[in-house]
Amino acid sequence: MSRRRRTLSLYAVFILALLIPLIDRNQAHLSFWTDAATFVMLALGLNIVVGFAGLLDLGYAAFFAIGSYSYAMLASTQFGIHIPFWAMLFLAAAIAATFGILLGAPTLRLRGDYLAIVTLGFGEIVPQTFLNLSQYTNGPNGIGPLDPPYFPGVDFSASSVPYYYVALGLIIITLWVSNNVRSSRIGRAWMAIREDELAARHMGINTTFTKLAAFGMGASFSGIAGVAYSAKLNLVSPDQFQFSVSVLILSMLVLGGMGNLKGVVIGSLLLSFVNNFFLPQASTLLHYDLTNYRLAIYGFILMGIMLFRPQGLIGSKSTEKLAESIVHPDQLGAESAEGSVN
Amino acid sequence: MEVIAQQVVNGISLGAIYALIALGYTMVYGIIELINFAHGDVYTLGSFFALAILSLLGVTDVLHGWPLVGAIVLASLGAMILCGITGVLIERIAYRRLRHAPRLAPLITAIGVSFILNNIMQLWKGPSPVNFPALIPNTSFQLGAISISNKQIIVVVLAVLMMLALHYFVHNTKMGKAMRATAQDRDAAQLMGININTTIAVTFLIGSALAGAAGFVSGVYYGSTWFANGFAAGLKAFTAAVLGGIGNIAGAMLGGFLIGLIESLTTQFISDQWSNVVVFSVLVLVLVFRPSGLLGESLPEKV
Repeated sequence: MSRRRRTLSLYAVFILALLIPLIDRNQAHLSFWTDAATFVMLALGLNIVVGFAGLLDLGYAAFFAIGSYSYAMLASTQFGIHIPFWAMLFLAAAIAATFGILLGAPTLRLRGDYLAIVTLGFGEIVPQTFLNLSQYTNGPNGIGPLDPPYFPGVDFSASSVPYYYVALGLIIITLWVSNNVRSSRIGRAWMAIREDELAARHMGINTTFTKLAAFGMGASFSGIAGVAYSAKLNLVSPDQFQFSVSVLILSMLVLGGMGNLKGVVIGSLLLSFVNNFFLPQASTLLHYDLTNYRLAIYGFILMGIMLFRPQGLIGSKSTEKLAESIVHPDQLGAESAEGSVN
Repeated sequence: MEVIAQQVVNGISLGAIYALIALGYTMVYGIIELINFAHGDVYTLGSFFALAILSLLGVTDVLHGWPLVGAIVLASLGAMILCGITGVLIERIAYRRLRHAPRLAPLITAIGVSFILNNIMQLWKGPSPVNFPALIPNTSFQLGAISISNKQIIVVVLAVLMMLALHYFVHNTKMGKAMRATAQDRDAAQLMGININTTIAVTFLIGSALAGAAGFVSGVYYGSTWFANGFAAGLKAFTAAVLGGIGNIAGAMLGGFLIGLIESLTTQFISDQWSNVVVFSVLVLVLVFRPSGLLGESLPEKV
């Protein structure tokens, strides 16, 4: 696709996304679109860590939990603190990024699979801690109601529409940031350490700083998504952040294509659609509860895509090499040895 | 003091189950450097298989004499064989194609397999915990103020016996030698005429069979089983394998007992709800500060 056609189709998608609340006035559908938008954001955040920097994070929901609980504690009657929603977006990003860096710092020396297990452990510890500290978090009951966002002339309690536009705005910002950071100095450094950490270090890349930046930035997206999600839901409880949520986000990434922004967006929309729209609708039609098969669906996506199409559904010829290098660097190395220099 | 001693006893029997699961992690990691994420679910599957066999036999409660021996042998062997086959199939379908891919690719498929197994078990026995027949009459021995139940003794003895058998197998048989050779250098082993695929399949067979045995034992020990047990138990057993030094059989056993002790002492002195947090913190700390484990350096041999 030429550059101009790409820009045009991007605008078309954007305008369509803006019009969705006018076309589809069903409140349940709008709520679905809003939640789907949150998961697009989460997937874009995880894409920075996994897709760009090649660090497998299996506890990504922990940062989602940290963002959500930050909002719940700092913008509700829980402690009588009422920080505005818009300020909390920045604050939660900062808090989540801090935790991301704190987790990242001691794990920098670890090999990829050990790193994955450490993040998994962290992802279990965080929601369990929120559950156990019941004097601050109400334990399993969660915290709610939360302060609605304030914007002059907009009633956030009437429908999901304002939340939808908030989430859409956040996606556009995260997409813009992701796209720009990818081609920036740090983005190229991420890809360099993903391909070959040792070589990257010898080319003068500060791997410590580079990895921490990936953890921090990925976590901050998740923190922001947590604020937007919990404000809309008006409740935060520890069971929203189980391991299956981290795996769901990873499945979105793998389905669309790791490291490929278009793929990540489409993968997460597709899986949200299957998860929250298709399965419940089909279950009512068939009088048989298909939602019980969710975990197996994530499982088959992870297994099937990794085995048969590692570049993901959207991965095209141009992104194929890029994605394969995450999955099959041996082949890539063999190809580039034959003299293809990009 | 008695409280501590009692918790040590409880922790050792709990740890015996973790140790049995940890053996599977450590063998597979030793030979193909893969964290077999589905292993915890194979363990739970073991308890489900044993339960199915017991209900086929019509066993619902405590047995005595020969029927008891027969039920134990059939249920445990059945669970071991079925889990072993499951493990071999998982390796064949999900991992073999990715043997030359970088580490993260098979790890992601392993998570996929784990979720599929988890879902199958959820559909099989429903989302709530299910009862497991008590099987063995409950008696306990008093040792001063400490009480030790016969089940605790059986669990520990069984685990130690299996570890000894595994140790013998790995060090004194031809297949064991092939496993050690494959773990050290796959290509060289292949050049020496070792069939790599068979050797790796046997590793999965044994590891998964041990998980099946652990599943049966845990069913009898706790009196119940649950489709989602495997996640936490698997993670703890993996912690045990890393703590002991991954790839090291004695290390997995040591790590299992240590994790069991840490868990039961946490339950006693802090609280039940923090025990997972403490164990996972140990996991993070070990991986970060001593990834080679306790026995990893003094005994560098693999598998």
